[in-house]
Amino acid sequence: MNQPLVSLPRRRRRSSPDAPRKRVVVLGNPNTGKTSLFNRLAGTNLRVGNYPGVTVEHTAADVELDGVALELVDLPGTYSLCGRSAEERIAIDALLGLEGHERPDVAVLVADATQLQRSLYVALQVLELRVPLLIALNMSDEALAQRVDIDVAGLSAALGVPVVACSARTGDGFDDLQARLAWLVAEAGRGLSTWKTELPAAFDHAVQAAAEAVSGWLPGDAGAARARAEGIWALMSVEESSEEEPTPPAVAGRILALRAELAAAGLDVDAAVAEARYGWLDSTLAGLVTRPPGSGRGVSDRIDAVLVHPVWGLAIFLVFMTLLFQGLFSWSDPAIGFVESVFGMLGAGAAGVLPDGLFEEFVVNGVIAGVGAVVVFLPQILLLFLLIGLMEDSGYMARVAYLMDRIMKSVGLHGRAFVPLLSGFACAVPAILATRTMERRRDRFLTMMVVPLTTCSARLPVYTLLIAALFPAAFKGIPLQGLVLAFMYVLSVVTALIAAAVIGRTVLKGRNEPLLLELPPYRRPAPGTVLRMMWDRSKVFLTEAGTVILVCTIILWGLLSFPRVDPQTLPAGADVATATLEGSYAADLGHALEPVIAPLGFDWKIGVGLVGSFAAREVFVATMGVVYGLGEVDEESGSLRDRIRAEEWPDGRSVYSPLVGLSLMVFFAFAAQCMSTLAAVRRETRSWRWPVFMVVYMNVLAWVASFVVYQGGRALGLG
Amino acid sequence: MTLLDAQKGQWTTVVSVGGERSFRRRLLEMGFIAGTPVRMVGVAPMGDPMEFELRGGRLSIRKAEAGVIEVAPT
Repeated sequence: MNQPLVSLPRRRRRSSPDAPRKRVVVLGNPNTGKTSLFNRLAGTNLRVGNYPGVTVEHTAADVELDGVALELVDLPGTYSLCGRSAEERIAIDALLGLEGHERPDVAVLVADATQLQRSLYVALQVLELRVPLLIALNMSDEALAQRVDIDVAGLSAALGVPVVACSARTGDGFDDLQARLAWLVAEAGRGLSTWKTELPAAFDHAVQAAAEAVSGWLPGDAGAARARAEGIWALMSVEESSEEEPTPPAVAGRILALRAELAAAGLDVDAAVAEARYGWLDSTLAGLVTRPPGSGRGVSDRIDAVLVHPVWGLAIFLVFMTLLFQGLFSWSDPAIGFVESVFGMLGAGAAGVLPDGLFEEFVVNGVIAGVGAVVVFLPQILLLFLLIGLMEDSGYMARVAYLMDRIMKSVGLHGRAFVPLLSGFACAVPAILATRTMERRRDRFLTMMVVPLTTCSARLPVYTLLIAALFPAAFKGIPLQGLVLAFMYVLSVVTALIAAAVIGRTVLKGRNEPLLLELPPYRRPAPGTVLRMMWDRSKVFLTEAGTVILVCTIILWGLLSFPRVDPQTLPAGADVATATLEGSYAADLGHALEPVIAPLGFDWKIGVGLVGSFAAREVFVATMGVVYGLGEVDEESGSLRDRIRAEEWPDGRSVYSPLVGLSLMVFFAFAAQCMSTLAAVRRETRSWRWPVFMVVYMNVLAWVASFVVYQGGRALGLG
Repeated sequence: MTLLDAQKGQWTTVVSVGGERSFRRRLLEMGFIAGTPVRMVGVAPMGDPMEFELRGGRLSIRKAEAGVIEVAPT
């Protein structure tokens, strides 16, 4: 049974409005179905926000269980509480109550029933910290299918906390899970586990000293057992104080000194702790879990034999990626055309109903066009997230990272960045939303910063127009036009990769994290999970990025249509649209831009086109049609091509030449002109800093590159 | 020998883990501790990274890191 995708928020029942909601955090390893389980627990009450102090998004939900009001918070997946990435830090901060997090009342640990040892490693850390814990043995149906037999009651007794077998996929065991959770929250503080990491006595002094060192920093009363656990945690994870490591310098100094003492005595705390925990797990689980011999991954291994095969694996990968690209590039075309025609009809209908004038223009060209500019992205977003959802949920996305790591790491990108970068050739907006498939913030942001350099389909009409108007079809027998277009694609790939390497070493400098990639078994994708992700992504785009796009469209419409021109004052035969545009604020902007863009070979009319292309790059073509008084044109229009060839500067020189065309195309290749892309980046980074950085770096790059092309070309006598 | 020297399909036992401290701790916490059986499953088509089986799961690490995990043949 799947969750309904949309429904009205549930009314809060019974709980007294004064009682503070109890805080429940959901944590666990990646790939344990944690998100599915969280979604099923949360029902339809999901809300999206930021964790305190960081631009990492989290999902939370207010729910009622047996009359107890809870705030459920989904923590990023983590294998340990000693992790160092920004996402793992959040899980730690949330559990320990650091950095503005409140200490949780209860933690729910999602474990993979088919892989208990690794799932329970982090559970032991939580137990040791004496946080009331409920363990959800997710994927119990899969364990059953693999004939893995788990003594759930015995496990619960050994760990000293409730353990519930369940399946987020089927919903089995959820009644029990919810009842136990409600009970644990109501009884919080009772029946805490007494589990602890058994270490050789030689470590006692250091652990105790570390516990004392952190006692003033870590919030809350610790109690002896928790204090000891905090001491062990500190010895393993505290690093030198820095911007990313907000440990008080005195505390960090003390811990580092203790670790140095241990090292000098030949004591390896990291290995001792990991061995103690896995040693306990190995011996305890040996009596509680029976599994048939073999890895239980026969089918999965047979699939992998093909999908990561040195030849077939790469061939199939290329076929998948070609299909994905083809889908985004062409299959979504009818749906995009449909959206465009619907909004075209809406606009025409509104124009018919409303009296002619300013208000009509505002509604048709501002509001309806603006909403249309948002909705037009939906077909590609839905399609891309359907495909990504299938890849994620089936386990193939982990193989994409495995296959592509070698290539992508050479420029500092994550293996999974391949899919967003490829999607960027269709459209940067869904591609930017798709960076979400990477867990680490740095990987995500780095990919987002370079995705807009890929040649999106909106650049094609501009290239087509300029190439057809300015380049001969063949030059000494060489098909020149095709070559120029191919050159633009190669240029964009090379530039995107170089930009990734440069930004990754400067602005988004991060530790060069070694790869540690889990390859989960292949699973049949759950339609509910995939559809839910499609819907969530689309909803967030429509409501948040969409607002920015709508506002920008209206502002742009204002720039292009004001001040108003009285048609009565125009000479007979003059085109009202052209006259309005020539006198508009956008034209003022174009004139103001001229000194800046003249060294690139562009006049103020091209400047107006560049202003118009902020709505979307292909709008450049239509804007130039209006600027030149040609009415409605597209990139295939002969009239526009002729006009471009004939256009002159006031002194009679031609404005356009192949060199100017190339300069202009290079400008389009690199400039951050697309407001929808910037709105998507703003939404995904939850900050204006990154879209601003993008505008600055890309436009500087565009200007310099065009300058080099134009002035260099002229110096070589190509002007 | 290190994990880098393991043949495809070969089972080995972890002897010790070296390398940079923070990644070493991650490997330890993922279960690469002394005495743990590890099987070399394969190498990615482009020659890096490698895939290993341990504790019922599959992990992929790069050759550079596989080279710091000392193992003994089983």
